[in-house]
Amino acid sequence: MDNESMYSSYSYKSSHSRSSRKHRRDRHYSKSRDGASRGDKSVIIQAPGEPLLDAESTMADERDDNWAETTTVVTGTSVDSVSNEDLTRLSKDLDDSLPVDCRRYISPVFGAILGLFSVITPLAFLALPQLLWRDTLDPCGTPCEGLYISLAFKILILFISTWALFLRPPRAMLPRFFVFRCLLSVLVFLFVASYWLFYGVRVLEPRETDYRGIVGYAASLVDALLFIQYLALVLLEVRHLQPAFCLKVVRTTDGISRFYNLGHLSIQRAAVCVLDQYYKDFPVYNPALLNLPKSILNKKLSSFKVYNLEEENSTNNSTGQSRAMIAATSRRRDNVHNEFYYEEAEVERRIRKRRARLVVAVEEAFTHIKRHQTEESLASSPKHPREVMDPREAAQAIFAPMARAMQKYLRATRQQCYHSMESIINHLQFCIMHSMTPKAFLERYLSPGPTLQYLDNSRGGQWTLVSEEPVTASLRQGQVFCLKRLDFALVVTVMPLPFLRVGEEFVDPKSHKFVMKLQSETSV
Amino acid sequence: MSFIPGQPVTAVVQRIEIQKLRQGGNLILGFSIGGGIDQDPGQNPFSEDKSDKGIYVTRISPGGPAEVAGLRMGDKIMQVNGWDMTMVTHDQARKKLTREKEDVVRLLITRKSLEEVVSQSKGRNPRP
Repeated sequence: MDNESMYSSYSYKSSHSRSSRKHRRDRHYSKSRDGASRGDKSVIIQAPGEPLLDAESTMADERDDNWAETTTVVTGTSVDSVSNEDLTRLSKDLDDSLPVDCRRYISPVFGAILGLFSVITPLAFLALPQLLWRDTLDPCGTPCEGLYISLAFKILILFISTWALFLRPPRAMLPRFFVFRCLLSVLVFLFVASYWLFYGVRVLEPRETDYRGIVGYAASLVDALLFIQYLALVLLEVRHLQPAFCLKVVRTTDGISRFYNLGHLSIQRAAVCVLDQYYKDFPVYNPALLNLPKSILNKKLSSFKVYNLEEENSTNNSTGQSRAMIAATSRRRDNVHNEFYYEEAEVERRIRKRRARLVVAVEEAFTHIKRHQTEESLASSPKHPREVMDPREAAQAIFAPMARAMQKYLRATRQQCYHSMESIINHLQFCIMHSMTPKAFLERYLSPGPTLQYLDNSRGGQWTLVSEEPVTASLRQGQVFCLKRLDFALVVTVMPLPFLRVGEEFVDPKSHKFVMKLQSETSV
Repeated sequence: MSFIPGQPVTAVVQRIEIQKLRQGGNLILGFSIGGGIDQDPGQNPFSEDKSDKGIYVTRISPGGPAEVAGLRMGDKIMQVNGWDMTMVTHDQARKKLTREKEDVVRLLITRKSLEEVVSQSKGRNPRP
């Protein structure tokens, strides 16, 4: 990718990812930089999954520029002071020291530690007086036991819901930290810290004897933790469920577009949602399909090439000549698009012919094979011992007659790079095992499937998010951002969903009456 | 021109004889009809009683055989060549009028002005 743009790109400075003052700083920085020109900010999203056609791996370069969720994010403005560049260099050293895979798990580990700490706290509150000054404690009978039971259940519920909500493996590695999650972690941390402070000053030091009060205090902590978890649920999971924006995603190479409804998300989270849908909805990117057939291309290119050369070389007084050249090329172009039309029709006809041959070949091949019922063997065993095969052998047996037709069809539709012979035989074996019809077997080859079908998960799905606004800003109308890959990009435009005014009209079921409306007039 | 179902219909009629004109291979009469028991009587602009489903003359082509013979717009056709036209469908009426074999149609038509004329004349010259 474009390394230079990383260094000169604008980004945000914040001291540590857990700072709750980030929002105020965001606004401050955006105001201060309005005068200067804004470049595109490029940051990287890594999603688990595989790029299908990564020709060369530039991942080594990108890892150096990759900013994980919780590391320092630093400004690099070449216009302003020098100290910022020093900080950039500092953070680069920091990044280099951490190996890549760790970065994926830093944030869940931090979260787990914080969660464990906050759950152990009420138990510690209860246990410490018992351990340290058991003798001087007031005896506390039934009310305490009631509180113990409620405490136990609340902690159990906390555990279960934390496991369900937060202890999931992260699906994507985002360039900037997740604002809400950091906010909540800070909140929990401050909360627990303040409770400990109070506990230390008021209970541990004077050796408070009112044990029931202490148990009540611990119970209130657990209640508050449950409420914080409710807040987390709403902020992280529920708030963005109501759709508010429609995102139009267009692939730059072949113009395939889709529309998705999303709620109020930040740009980076919206990018993750879009990419999730991309792997499922978009047909796989086939670079071979972009080029026009060579015969057309040469003719087109030659006419355009002449045009372009004239444009480049002409300075001022060749306008007359270039006009004549334009007229000539336009006349030639008119003929060329005619040829293009016929050539395209010819290609389509060829594809249809090959497809017909393929379908017939596959159907015939499938008739050679039949599922072997075990009862039959008893009836027909001695006279006609049929060879019993497992699916793999059956697939190999019937692959031969259809191989040629398949190969010609794949070549006609330029899909041959996606399907090796091995993969075809595997798929055939799979279909035979599940008693699929020839049509079901062919479904995979007759239409280009979604990208997910061709993914093998050896490397991560690497995308670069290019946006003019900071990627933690929430979606707004008219925003445009790009998700770049090596050879193509997805351009995403944000449109708000319209406000719906739904009125009401009552229709009396008895009001449905009809009359004949025939009125013909014939002239005789 | 209203009728009471079950009772015989009485009307003052005029006899009109139209010679069919051969025009371009067809025999035409030069007028258009509307109405019929399969049509919507409420849309008939010429009938007094909007439940009257009879056959009415809706248009006369100027200078055609019908105009020459004295047919006027708004006339209700009661009989064509002896065939009844008060209880027929639109298509049946058309067929009765456009028979290839006949080149003359004798219509019995009725209109409101006929009734008025008769009642006036009755009033003027009461029969003893």
